[in-house]
Amino acid sequence: MPRAFAAKVLTANDLLEGDVVYLAADDRWVRDHREAELLEDEAVAEDRLLYAESRAAEVVGPYLADARGGPDGPEPIHFREAFRTRGPSNYPHGKQADV
Amino acid sequence: MYEYSEADHAFLAERNRQFRAQVERRVDGSLTEEEFKPLRLMNGLYLQLHAYMLRVAIPYGTLSSDQLRKLAEIAERWDKGYGHFTTRQNIQFNWPRLRDVPDMLDALAEVGLHAIQTSGNTIRNVTADHFAGAAADEVADPRPHAELLRQWSTDHPEFQFLPRKFKIAVTGSAADRAVIRAHDIGLELREKDGKIGFRVLVGGGLGRTPMIGKVLRDWLPEADLLPYCEAIVSVYNLLGRRDNKYKARIKITVHEHGIEEISRLVEERFALIRPAFRGADRTLLNRIRAMFAPPEWADLPVPPLPDDPGLRAWADVNVASHRNPGYAIVTVSLKKHGATPGDATAGQMRVLADLAARYAHDELRISHEQNVVLPHVHRAHLAAVHAALKAADLATANVGLASDIIACPGMDYCALATARSIPVAQGIAERIEALRIERDVGELQIKISGCINACGHHHVGHIGILGLDRAGVENYQITLGGSAGPDAAIGERAGPGFAYDEIVPAVERLLTAYLALREEPGERFVDAYRRLGPAPFKAALYPEAARDAA
Repeated sequence: MPRAFAAKVLTANDLLEGDVVYLAADDRWVRDHREAELLEDEAVAEDRLLYAESRAAEVVGPYLADARGGPDGPEPIHFREAFRTRGPSNYPHGKQADV
Repeated sequence: MYEYSEADHAFLAERNRQFRAQVERRVDGSLTEEEFKPLRLMNGLYLQLHAYMLRVAIPYGTLSSDQLRKLAEIAERWDKGYGHFTTRQNIQFNWPRLRDVPDMLDALAEVGLHAIQTSGNTIRNVTADHFAGAAADEVADPRPHAELLRQWSTDHPEFQFLPRKFKIAVTGSAADRAVIRAHDIGLELREKDGKIGFRVLVGGGLGRTPMIGKVLRDWLPEADLLPYCEAIVSVYNLLGRRDNKYKARIKITVHEHGIEEISRLVEERFALIRPAFRGADRTLLNRIRAMFAPPEWADLPVPPLPDDPGLRAWADVNVASHRNPGYAIVTVSLKKHGATPGDATAGQMRVLADLAARYAHDELRISHEQNVVLPHVHRAHLAAVHAALKAADLATANVGLASDIIACPGMDYCALATARSIPVAQGIAERIEALRIERDVGELQIKISGCINACGHHHVGHIGILGLDRAGVENYQITLGGSAGPDAAIGERAGPGFAYDEIVPAVERLLTAYLALREEPGERFVDAYRRLGPAPFKAALYPEAARDAA
């Protein structure tokens, strides 16, 4: 049996700032993982990836990352993606500075 | 120190102008990321986990105080007020914005620094013994040769698209503080019959397939340095594999073809190209060498060190012998317990630059161990230097000890990493300090990499730690018995990995076991390991397995 599709968010790095961004349902690039669009359908996710790739003047390296729904919005699953939502652990220089 | 010529300045200005235009074209959409990426990488600009990263080459780890002040200015003006010194004697700025990078490169060019060939499949920053020109045990200062190699390899038209990146290290001392045995080419300056020459090693490297370099030539006359290195890289350029990036480094080429065949091909190529080197390289070397003349040593009385326990403890481990008995080499630790290995704030950089200008003949070095060296400090000034370092929170007395840990940026910054390195290093250092065993443990090299690429040199650590992703969880493998010096060895994997919250206690068990196992206090960890073998250390790491086997 084919494996069930795991929900995703669409993420990339901002072209000018380099920081981590997520694609929201209204097509904005947002900085907060919880504001990302949770993609629960594989075909929709692939379509959103193509759309993100068409916005190469704004972002670099878009990809789909596993996520799950949470009380405040999508939550990352893999620790790498969790780190990307916050910033480095040694200094409050990333997104954690804004939280 | 090497002084840029007009041609050097003009080359850099033109290169920076080109990159500024490339950035503008990327921003206005004329260049795609696919087109822009190789251009930015050629200029040292990476995109990491949270931001861009600019890697700046520090040739053979040597800086003037003006250069370090400029790095401080860049850190403050365009980054977040600090820089990270790496195991290749480079500095990385972790938070630049794309539009600012051309200005950062122009600022670097003002003091003769750049980021060219700090990425890509090219010959990277040539590294050297960080005690070069100062060490009591060296045959000759290797930096003129390193500078010659830097000029030869920078923008070399034949070597811009090698099968893979290529790293050269040079040492003037048999003590090998430059890890030459883990480089694509390792050069050791030697003296024979009153003449200077090199032992040439090839095919060393860490990463996925760690290998110790093999001797290609036991004696190479100094005059043949460039044609011989060109022959090696030419042979590799043709023979190196381009079908599989994991088998593309010269260590694999040497392994697959054998050192005898590589030697035959290199000697053949060398004989062919040597006549084309008609002496311009040697003329240039002589010109460069004149710029590396020793400073005018001060002839001051050497008073005894004041009876200050903190100063004495620092001098015991952070001060090394200098070629001039009146002088000393001071290593400034960037490994305060709990701090990020290799990081210096802009303020600390300025303190170090001021100390170099006042007390060290205007010179600094960056070591591959991620520390800063004041190479020429008169012994009469040691107390003053220590006091200034202490005021800047830079007087940690741990050089060569267990908390002087090499750590790559790991998954806190690096896009390639599979696990974090920095908090593991911080945790180990803090634990060692809390236990107050550092002096008792003595010389110990702990090296941590956050992925198999081994930027943290874990393979050659007495204790190596490799961070991996095991089914979505950080996991840390320990290797034991590695060594980075003239007795270079690849460490042996101890057994199953440890979870993130288990790795610090595991290292603590190793140290406790070592203290119980050593024959006498002078027996280093690695020597005890070599004498006893892995069994008692594995028993300490995996006490449950040892109990089950009993």
